[in-house]
Amino acid sequence: MTAPSLLSASVALLKRDLGMTLTRGGGPLLAVGFYITLMAMIPLSVGPDTATLSRIAPGVTWLCLALSSLLSLERLFERDYDDAVFDLLRLGPLPLELVALLKCLAQWVGTGLILSILTPLVMIILGAAPALALIGLVAALLGSLSFALIGGIGASLALGARKGGVLMALLVLPFYVPPVIFGAGLMQAAQISASPLQALAFLSAYALFALALAPIAMGAALRSALN
Amino acid sequence: MPVSLTVTDLSLRKGYNLLISKLNVSISSGEAVSLTGENGVGKTTLLRTLAGFQTPESGAICATENDVQIESDIWWSQHVHFLGHHDALSPARTVAQELEFQASYLGGDVTKVAPLKLQTLMDLETRYLSAGQKRRLSCARLLMARRVLWLLDEPMAPLDVAHRELLAGLMQAHLAQGGMIIAAVHDALPFATRGLRLERPAREVAGV
Repeated sequence: MTAPSLLSASVALLKRDLGMTLTRGGGPLLAVGFYITLMAMIPLSVGPDTATLSRIAPGVTWLCLALSSLLSLERLFERDYDDAVFDLLRLGPLPLELVALLKCLAQWVGTGLILSILTPLVMIILGAAPALALIGLVAALLGSLSFALIGGIGASLALGARKGGVLMALLVLPFYVPPVIFGAGLMQAAQISASPLQALAFLSAYALFALALAPIAMGAALRSALN
Repeated sequence: MPVSLTVTDLSLRKGYNLLISKLNVSISSGEAVSLTGENGVGKTTLLRTLAGFQTPESGAICATENDVQIESDIWWSQHVHFLGHHDALSPARTVAQELEFQASYLGGDVTKVAPLKLQTLMDLETRYLSAGQKRRLSCARLLMARRVLWLLDEPMAPLDVAHRELLAGLMQAHLAQGGMIIAAVHDALPFATRGLRLERPAREVAGV
């Protein structure tokens, strides 16, 4: 009986989940489609005035990023819960906390990362200055990572509740507020050429906080839901 | 290396129902236990508790190897296989993908599953498999990663006669190599096993 290696098990799980995120049920297209449609509605609702649009573009983009990140959360753990795959995963070498974290990261690469790459593009289309693209991308990466991890906590808490999607959105959205504040603040600072460092530091701190807290919280919630 | 599992004074509760009260059982290398009892008496709950998925109401589960206690985390992550009545397969993935994932996740060798004759199914997505084929596929993990204790919940139920014989043969081979099996069954297994019949606890014990 040789001990299965933690690393090869983690890689196997990450590969499996990434494959499933990218292929099942439309994969990232769903979130991307939602994001772009939402963005296309903004000029229609506030009017095509370029000055207004370019002023609100960064903030509104952040709101749309937060909402799009909610979309695929419901299925993060639910598929494997329904298929009893957790029975297999729990008897493997990885602790449940790590299993949950890897699932979150796979989900983030499959949706959050792609949305983040789109973010500077969408900002520029809405009229933000092209010089903001790089800082916008960095901020969106950090923000979407926080969204994915905090969302994972919500998904694990709502697991087992039938139609837990709305419940989950309600649980999770308040905790999406800090990254939205820091992210949008960062973009405003960059817009008026002030130093964005302070907001960037807060945004990174929140992502790290989520990275540290989420596995513990998800592990505990999953344990109670799976029993 | 003889391994044994001892369950002392185990009580299990599901919701408000006391399912099992003060169960004492011990099993060691080479032994098989058939768990019987009417529906809802707690066979699955007992198996899931032994797999570490549920915490017992009271009592202890202790595994030893050469009379040295095995730490419970190591016991569950390296020495136990659990096969529930759900097959733990993702419907949209192919048989080959599932086998490859399970082998690298559990640290096993995918070539060892040859006796299950899955070659013709390799390219199929698991949702197209019949219940019996799914069960055969989930038995693959018993073979690819060698683990001493097999917890099986109705392992034979969806299988046809030929494959029941095949699985029984694999179970006997596992016992011959010093393995242990605890299986919840309704029809007796076709080889010698120790019987353990679960009964509902009396009402006064249950404290109703």
